[in-house]
Amino acid sequence: MFTLVEMTDTVRIPPHLFHIKLNDAVIEELNNKFANKVVYNVGLCIALFDITKLEDSFIFPGDGASHTRVHFRYVVFRPFMDEILQGRIRSCSREVSLGFFDDILIPPDALQQPSKFDESEQVWVWEYETEEGTHDLFMDKEEEIRFRVVDEVFVDTTPTGPKVSEAAEADKEAKKSPYSLVGTISEPGLGLLSWWNSIG
Amino acid sequence: MEVVNDQAAMLSNYEVFSLLKEIESKGKKKKSRAQQNLATITYETLKYLSNTPCTLQNLEMVAEFMEALGPYNLTKAEKLQLLNHRPSSAVEIQLIIEESEERLTEEQIDELLQLVADKLPDPNAPEGGGEGEEFGEGGTERMEEEEE
Repeated sequence: MFTLVEMTDTVRIPPHLFHIKLNDAVIEELNNKFANKVVYNVGLCIALFDITKLEDSFIFPGDGASHTRVHFRYVVFRPFMDEILQGRIRSCSREVSLGFFDDILIPPDALQQPSKFDESEQVWVWEYETEEGTHDLFMDKEEEIRFRVVDEVFVDTTPTGPKVSEAAEADKEAKKSPYSLVGTISEPGLGLLSWWNSIG
Repeated sequence: MEVVNDQAAMLSNYEVFSLLKEIESKGKKKKSRAQQNLATITYETLKYLSNTPCTLQNLEMVAEFMEALGPYNLTKAEKLQLLNHRPSSAVEIQLIIEESEERLTEEQIDELLQLVADKLPDPNAPEGGGEGEEFGEGGTERMEEEEE
């Protein structure tokens, strides 16, 4: 679920932080810059793991802050393909939340077959057939489910210049999340935990 | 900013959990506006991880578990998932390990389940062992207390 990513960056430490030890100031600046942010094609950055190398600090003319090139490792949330994860159903258009990561979608054709949407209760129902008859297993909100990661989508949300004439479209794109996952629960063992725990 | 290595290492939930707890304990001293992002993500991730079995693990258990998994020819990702999820049924093992029916016999799957149950503590287990044992011991204990 989590990986370690090695990165390098130039950290700018403003003069009012010079009284702190360089290491601590760098750690604080890196956490400020990356924590809870999505890096394109890398994942959601959680926290700094460690600093591997600190190169010399420079002060450039016109700017009183010091600039230091740092090599560090960051803990990043990025589930690999086909990984099994456990989360909670957030809404009935079949979105799942992991608590700290909300943009996981399980599209209708990835539900256990056959499933149908129950209009009266606005939830999805899995029609499970046994010898006795059809059981209707409801997928209610706030239920814990297990799902498999099928795909991940990174959207580059860097702002475009004002010359772009599709201003209205740019607004829509701004609401797209930079990193989202697509999951599936159409395999034995996936879906609501309560479905499988009673058997296993 | 450059990304040198996209996949330097895979981390188990346990490692992330202990790192975040350390950060949380250090961070309580200084709280600036700028640290809010870190605080948010730390809090949410800790909350999620506290509901997983990794909270009861420690370094030795993880090392022992990984060694014990050696003879089964599992990929790194499969071992990591076994550690993070702590499967308790054959269905879960089939989910985690690809083509488990072809690669492992039924006996091996049972052995794996037994390994997981032995080496990794179960967050759902009642304290003090199985229900049958508890009934027997609890019963006699209660009788003794009543007599006293």
